[in-house]
Formats: sequence, C-alpha cells, structure tokens
Amino acid sequence: MRIEGRGRIDRTREVKFLFDGVVRAGHPGDTLASALMASGQMLMGRSFKYHRPRGVLTAGSEEPNALVITGHGGRAEPNRRATMVEIHDGLEARSQNRWPSLDFDILSLNDRFAPFLGAGFYYKTFMGPGKTWEKLFEPLIRGAAGLGALSGAPNAETYEKAWAFCDVLVIGGGPAGLMAALSAARAGADVILCEEDRDFGGRLLAEDEQVGGQPGADWAAALAAELAGMDNVRLMPRTTVTGAYDQGTYGALERSGQHLAEPGDLPRECFWRIVAKRAVLCAGALERHIAFRDNDRPGVMMAGALRAYLNRWGTVPGRQVAVFGNNDDAHRTARDMAAAGLEVVALVDSRHEAENLAGDVPFYPGWQVTRAHGGSALEAISLRAPDGGERRLAVQALGVSGGWNPTLHLTCHQGAKPLWDDRIAAFVPPEGAVPGLTSAGAARGSFSTAACLREGAEVGAEAAGALGYATTPAALPEAEDAPYRLRRLWAVEGKGRAWLDFQNDVTVKDVKQAAQENFRSVEHMKRYTTQGMATDQGKTSSVAALAILADVTGRAIPETGTTTFRPPYTPVAIAAMGAGGEGPGFAPRRLTTSHAASAARRAPMIEAGLWYRPSYFPQKGERDWQVACDREVRMVRNSVGICDVSTLGKIELQGPDVGRFLDFVYTNTFSTLKPGRVRYGLMLREDGFVMDDGTTARLDDNRWVMTTTTAAAGQVMRHLDWVHQALMPQLDLRFASVTEQWAQFAVAGPKSRELLDGLLDAPLGDFPFMACGPVSIGGIDARLFRISFSGEEAYEIAVPARYGASLFHELVKRAEALGGGPYGMEALNVLRIEKGHITHAEIHGRTTAFDCGFERMVSAQKDCIGKTMAARPGLTGPEREQMVGLRPVDGLGRLTAGAFLFNEGDPADRIHAQGYTTSACHSPTLGLPLALGFLRNGRARHGERVRMVDHLRGVETLCEVTDPVAYDPEGGRLRD
Amino acid sequence: MIELAPASPCGDLLPLQVGDMILAELDLGSLTLVAPFAGQVEATSDALHDAHGVGFPDPGVAIRVWDTLCLWSGRAQALLAGPEPDAALASLAALTDQSDGWAVVRLSGAGATDALARLVPIDLRPGAFPPGSAARTLLGHMTVTILRDPADVAETAFTILAFRSMATTLVHELETAMRRVAARAEAG
Repeated sequence: MRIEGRGRIDRTREVKFLFDGVVRAGHPGDTLASALMASGQMLMGRSFKYHRPRGVLTAGSEEPNALVITGHGGRAEPNRRATMVEIHDGLEARSQNRWPSLDFDILSLNDRFAPFLGAGFYYKTFMGPGKTWEKLFEPLIRGAAGLGALSGAPNAETYEKAWAFCDVLVIGGGPAGLMAALSAARAGADVILCEEDRDFGGRLLAEDEQVGGQPGADWAAALAAELAGMDNVRLMPRTTVTGAYDQGTYGALERSGQHLAEPGDLPRECFWRIVAKRAVLCAGALERHIAFRDNDRPGVMMAGALRAYLNRWGTVPGRQVAVFGNNDDAHRTARDMAAAGLEVVALVDSRHEAENLAGDVPFYPGWQVTRAHGGSALEAISLRAPDGGERRLAVQALGVSGGWNPTLHLTCHQGAKPLWDDRIAAFVPPEGAVPGLTSAGAARGSFSTAACLREGAEVGAEAAGALGYATTPAALPEAEDAPYRLRRLWAVEGKGRAWLDFQNDVTVKDVKQAAQENFRSVEHMKRYTTQGMATDQGKTSSVAALAILADVTGRAIPETGTTTFRPPYTPVAIAAMGAGGEGPGFAPRRLTTSHAASAARRAPMIEAGLWYRPSYFPQKGERDWQVACDREVRMVRNSVGICDVSTLGKIELQGPDVGRFLDFVYTNTFSTLKPGRVRYGLMLREDGFVMDDGTTARLDDNRWVMTTTTAAAGQVMRHLDWVHQALMPQLDLRFASVTEQWAQFAVAGPKSRELLDGLLDAPLGDFPFMACGPVSIGGIDARLFRISFSGEEAYEIAVPARYGASLFHELVKRAEALGGGPYGMEALNVLRIEKGHITHAEIHGRTTAFDCGFERMVSAQKDCIGKTMAARPGLTGPEREQMVGLRPVDGLGRLTAGAFLFNEGDPADRIHAQGYTTSACHSPTLGLPLALGFLRNGRARHGERVRMVDHLRGVETLCEVTDPVAYDPEGGRLRD
Repeated sequence: MIELAPASPCGDLLPLQVGDMILAELDLGSLTLVAPFAGQVEATSDALHDAHGVGFPDPGVAIRVWDTLCLWSGRAQALLAGPEPDAALASLAALTDQSDGWAVVRLSGAGATDALARLVPIDLRPGAFPPGSAARTLLGHMTVTILRDPADVAETAFTILAFRSMATTLVHELETAMRRVAARAEAG
C-alpha cells in the first residue's frame, strides 16, 4: 500500500507494466519490488528447494527472494532482482520457480516433506547402481529445484563492452563516495564515480535525516549535480563494480538501456573495464537477518529495507508494523513508521539494556521474536519475554535487523580474507589487500552519516594526493553521528525451521547438521548446505551462518573464517562480457579486392584463416559444385583460368644479409638465387617438422619477396621476427608484410601467355619458368612471377591493391574471351592434388621433409632451423609414413580425406593402420578419383594395393599406391 | 593500352555521420614503411629531416610538417605519409611501399573518444593521448595503428589505420560503436 506524502516517486505520472500477465501500475522512480508492494503484492517468488512463498527481503542488489524473468522469447532475462528492476511502460515480468502459478504452486508440496529434505538428503538418498544419479535422480531434482530458466532462444538483445580510464575510481555514490569524489575531483584528479542505483545518495535516499541542513537525499542530489558539472568527473549511475583485477583494473556492469521502454541503439548492458590509478571503496553495508521460526514469510523484511520502501517509495506491506532488532539502528524503522502514521505494534529489541529511540511506540527490551505466522503473507508474530512468557501480535510487516555487514567483497577479490571486528560484530576490509584500493564509510565499518562523510572526504583527498595532486579534504556538512550499538544475536532458540539463506533454503538446523556430520570447515559447510551459493552469494546470510557454525563447533568467528569472495560481486551476463564477439563479430573478415566481383558471380565463400575466398563460380545449369569445379579444372588445363591469390602471405625483405637469413630459415639455399629468379622453399619448425612452404623471389640485389601459405602468414612473420631478433640479430636486414599492399592473381593455363601478351604494356619476351620481374599494365608498375601451383604454364601478377578489382575484371574478361574464366578454391585444390603439391592438409604439423619426399631439399651444405632435430632417430626411414598418391583399383571407388590405410587382409583397426589420407578429389583430367596420403614406407610401395577405410563415413576402397604426382610428372606443361 | 581504375579501401561505405560524429576515409598520400638498417636510426632521422622536414619519431609519436606525416608504427619502424620517400633514404633504411596496404579513416566529433573506448583498450583521453600521439593497438579483434594527427588540435579526431582487407569490418565496428554512443547521448 502507498503512504501519502512519503517517497521520492513521481506520483503525477503512472507507469503500466505486466506481472505474471496482469497489468499493474506504478510511478516513475519505482522499482518492480516497490510497485508490487504498493499494489498489495507481497508474494514475489517461490523458494529454490521447498517452493515456499517468498516476498521481497531487501531493497538492493543483495535481494535473495524477489527474482523475476523480464521480457520474453529471445529477450527474456532470468533471475533479475525485482529490487533492481526499474519499471517502465511495457515492462513484462514473470515470477520464477513455480508451477502452474505463483499463488498455487504444486511443488510447494516439497515443503511438507521438509523433515526429510534437509541438507545432504539428496547425497545420501539418491544413490543407486551405475549411472542412476546422473541419468535419473539428478535431472529430476534439478527439474524440481532452481531459479529462473533461460528461454532457449538466441539472445535478441544487444550488449556492449567498453574501457574507461581515470585517476581515482570511487565505488559507491553514497555519502562517503560523494565526498570522496568531490575531494579527489576538486584536487584536479580525473574521477569516475560508479553507483549501482539509479540515483546517487546511497542510504540517504532511504533515510529520513538531514545533511547540511537539508534532507539527505536533496543534499546528495545537489552534490551529484555539482560533480556532473565538473569536466574531470564522470558519473556512472546504474553501474555495479563487479570485480577488482590486476593492475588497477575493475570490472563494472552498467544497466545502460535496461530501464528504458524504447532503448533504440542503446544496448541493454555495458560491461566496463575501468583502469584506475587509485580506487576508493564506498560501497556501504548490507543489513543481516536474525533467524527465527518461519522468518521467511512475505512481509518479514530487513528493517533498513522496510524504512527504505517507506521513505523512498512511499509504500509498506501493511498498516500494522513491528520491528525486531539487536541494535540501535533498527529503532529508526519504528520511528519512521510511527512518524508516517502507521501503527507500530512493537519495537522488539533483544538487548535487555536497550533504550527506546523510536519515541512513542510499544517497546519490548530483552524480548525476542520467536515465530512469524501466515502463509503467502505475514499475519502475526509471536514474542517471547525475558521470563519466557509468550505474546502474539497481528502485523502485516516486520522489519528485522541483526546488524550491518560492511560491503567489503572487492577488497577480497585478490585472495585476502576479511578481518573480524568485535566492536561491530562484523567483518571489515583488510586494508591494502588490493593495491591502490582503500575503503571508507560503512564499507569500512563506520556507520554514522557523519563518519561516512568525513572518511569519504579524507580518503578521496588521500587518493588524489598520492597521485601528486594538491589536496584539502572538502568541507564537511553537518550530519547525524549516532553511535552504532549492538549485541550479537544470530538466531532465536526454538522449534521449527529458522531460515538463514533464503535463496538456497538453508536453515539453522542445516548448518548444525553439517557440523555434526563433520563438515566443520566453512568451505565444507557451504558445499554441504549450499549456503551462500547462487545469484546473491549469501550476501544476507553468510556471516550469520558462519557465526552459528562457529558456535556449534566451539570456535571463534575469526577462527572459523569466511568462504572465498570472488568476482563478480553481482551476476554478470556472459552476453555482456562477450559483447561484440557474437555472430560475425567473432573475427574480422578479410576480403580480397575481387570479393565484390566474385560475390556478384554468386560464388560461395570459404573461409581461409580470416580470409573469404570463392569456392567456385557457378554457371547456369550446373547442378552442384562438382560440376562447376570440374569445368574450372578443365578450363585451366585447356585454356586459361584466373584465381585471386592475394591471400597468400607476402613478406618483403631488404638488406645485405637477406640471403644468409633465408639460408637459415629455409631448408634449401637461397643466397645463390639470382635477381629476377624465384625459388621454392621449405621451412621447418625448430623441432624439425615442416612449418610452411612457399616461393621467394629476388626482385633485385637488395629486395626479396617471400610468399607464405594463406593460413601460416602470421605464423611465418612471427617466426622471422623471432629468428632475427633472438637467433641472428647480427644480420643486417629488415622485413615487412606486404600482403595487404599487393593484389595478386594467378593466370594459369596453356593460354596464359597469350592473355598476358595482350594485357601488358610491352610484350613479355623471354620469361622462363621461375622467373620474376617488373612489368607495366596500363602504366601501372606491376610484378610478374612465373610460378605454377596448377602444373600448367602459369603466372602470378601483382598490382598495388587499389587496382586489384579493376585488374581482376580485366583478367576475367580476357580469360573468358579465350575460353577460360575465374576458378575457385575447389578447382585450385583438384589441380594441385593432380600435381601432388602439398598444402597444410599434408604439412599438418606432424610431417617432416623426409615424409613429404623433400629430404633432398634439406641442404647438406649449411645449417638451418630444424635440421638437427629432423635428423633425430625415428624421423627418417622405412618406419615413417611417407607421402604417396592413391587411386582406386577399379577407377571408380570413392576416396575421402581423413581415412585410414590398411594392408589388404588386415583388420581395419588401430593396430593395423598403415597410414592415412590427407586430400582427396575427383580428377576430371584423369577421369578418376585421386588422393594424397601418408603410408608406412610408402615410397617403396608404389604399385602395391592398400585398403582405404573411412570409419566415420562408412567408405571402403581398394587403392593402388602411386607417386604423388599423378599428372604430367615430367613437368613439361609448366616449363614449355 | 588498358586503363586500370583505382578503388579506395572503404569505397562507398564512407563517409557516414552518426550524431555529432563523422567517420570519413582519409587519403594520406604515399605511405612508406621506413625501417633503418643496423645503426642507421640517426642517419635516417637526419635524412628524413633534410628531405621531408620530419625526424624519425620516438615510440608513440606522430610528427607532422605541412603535408608530411611521420608516425611511429612499431619496433624500429616508422610510417612516412605524404610524399614519396627521398632517394637518399634508400641506402639508410629499408623502404617498403604500403600506400595500398592500409585502410585509413578519420573519426571526429565530440563522441569520438567514447566510440573508440568501446573498441580500443588503451587510454585515449586528451591528457594521455594528445595530438602527436601514435599507438599500435587493437580495435575490436583487429590490429590497428591509431594516431592523433598533430594537425587535429581544433577538434577531437583520431586517424585509424587498419588492414585494407578488413575495411568492411573496421567500418562496421566503428559504425556500431558510434550508433551506441549517439543513442546514449540521446537517452541522456
């Protein structure tokens, strides 16, 4: 219900939203929780295990109960805390973990069986033979328990990631944080102030108190406005700092567009990485519960939350209110409730000596609340007097305060443990545990507003001062400075279930049972009971749980310790952390200059590294890729084909020592290569296995250009850098990648020369196989290489990339006039298999030069990388699987890549494997299938028969072993 | 004789304006990678100065004198942008033509820094990256060179060099970031 005259919501406007399919109304400024409470809906969720009815417990991100799914379909987001959901027009929210409805949940039957379902019940009960746990019990139990579920549809929302940098990061925008930001900013430091809430002010938004002679919330708003006007301050509301990482980097999740009805291009959330030279933790404190029987009834709330709903949102669960606490702070709730005209039925303080600070309300010092009554809403509470007498009072709301825990989580993200402070019966931050991070205010255990303001100003000035800024702490406004007095009380003695961890349905009894069963370490207790798990990570329950564990195990609290605090502080969607990486954002697309022309010809693209290359160029009437591929192969063999080979790595090397350098990185000799000539080379890794192959051309005395395979371009460049910097720094040479600078096209086929003669500005003249030289096309300086991967007379012509598209167009036009045209990767692959040329299918990282038949390419005259290691025993000889060609004995049988080879008559199992196939194709030139593979002692077995078995595809073919070169073994076609 | 038509890396993808930000393709003229041979950094710097008015830049620095820009672009190398390199440099440094290797764009406008903060992991605040700064870094998953042209003092503008083949991704990534920054400004 709403209370007139209270709250900071805009009552002039109404916001309509859906909860469980029913239209509800609230006001701008409302959270989903406050709007539901105002409309009388106290039941907001069902508990994890027992499906008990639960209402909202807190007013912040620590909320364990009121979890909802917002949106639907691909936009649904589960487990959002209703306390953090800002309502907006069109908001759709659904309750979770109930069936068929929140009011009537069949699985609440679980609650009836509670005596059997305590901690450890599943582990002890659902044991069975074999895999019954994984296959039967676990899926059943998981189906019945749980929080929100994902929609199963791809996430339709957008997210983003961003970086921010500052001198001083202030975490938390309450009184301490605002003063810290002001002090640091006035000193001149670049400041980022992150506040989890929509508004700045922290507890001041929830309290009825004066700061500097005005309402605290107004003071905070004015200061936030002043900060917003400073150039060196960046205010980040709706931003939760979720983790403290190395080097002053903090993770933070901003709910950037989530609160808007129509966010447009604004992503739902932004995951920030904030790099700060100094950071100040002013994250405040979280109130803790006191366990008593059925203390989880909807209407039982944190005392601080109860008055927050009154003071900030003008709403309460009902007219009759009681407060139960062990500290002075709880009295404020009774005071505020009474001042708002509500009926405060009882202020119960467990301390005998407590004084009533709430004014004219029924006061019960030394009494305790023993039980909450009601089902889906609180109806009454039972009190027990110091002398044991009982009393029952009708109430609709009960505020409970067991004290406050400083929000110190971030200070422990790098492995430190918090320190126990007996004075406030709470853990406080271990100062210095995260380098550059200090804490102030309630986060450090200083709870009065005055202390928060003072410490914030000091620590903010200190942080700026440490960075060399001249500082004086900002002047302090006058504020409340009441002492914080409490006597610890974790649980009220009595029968029944007293709840500690609402989110995981853990009771006092469960914790005691864990200790009884010897799960005495706090980490073991956590795993045994599940206390402190899931979305709230035990923020409202952990200290009480470990205190009870300490009691039953006869240890002190510091000795018992805490479980480990890890990031993130609040849940972060993977979608936010991975923003930008979904779909095509996974990797950049590298497109050739001929891409548009290939796409216009409807060529399907195939990815090669990051490059997109045309697979084949379909023509009208061709029913599949094979037909197109066969045509393109015949085209190259009979006339002329054009292929964009720009994707191959190109590295230009210059300097007097290039020859010596190449001699060391290639197995064969390059220092003898004459200007105007090209040589094929093989590179080994240091372990002696083949790394890459390609050609290197010597353009003139001083300038060389190396080509690498498309896939290994980056690896080779890195390798060359390593060799030059680490192994041969004495050599004077420089090299640079020119892959992007040159568009390069293969012109292959018997009519290639004819095509070029018509294209080049001057006739080519004598230009033998493996020659290179400068040419001119339309006045543009180009480079021509006579090299061949297809086995035909072939050239590669390179022009500056700006002319690539134009040249490709010209080449294809001229090729088509000669009966040729463009060819794609499929044809390229067939052409090279026919010629027995290797690709990374063969040099896959486990083959040596010897295996590939290139033993003689490893020069005996010089050293090279990998040479010594390649000579290790076992890397040469008949035991090695050596490269061979394969063809079906009947000329028809199917050949596949990745199949295994067996001797005829041997069983097709691992032990009998003789080798494997690496590449396979249908050769239109020879009219039969061909494959390349590696066969034990293969070079000595040409002419023999082996059985190819592809277990995966169910193919078996009897093959003849041949030389890898199936077509034109003498190489006449490419030379003449 | 045939005539080959040049095409720019970004083609008709640019220019585009989103909010107060403008992304446009830039023609820096001739681009030459200058990598001094062993022991020749000073001599190269002198020769650069004599011929083009700019020295060999220290790491992280971009120098501009009239139409000549010289920017650090990695270990012991610099990119000379504008004129063709003077012949005197050839004996001192390896000169590699990169005029066609880079897609060069200029992102300007008040939101430019915020847009890049979505993609680039380095500190680009004016104090940390003033005009005359150059860095090799990442933009999304791409390696790029980013500089603040010394000539760009009047407004916030960044010059970004990415692989020519990645121009489409570069523009897409930047446009997405620009739209999100603009949407944020609109949402207030």
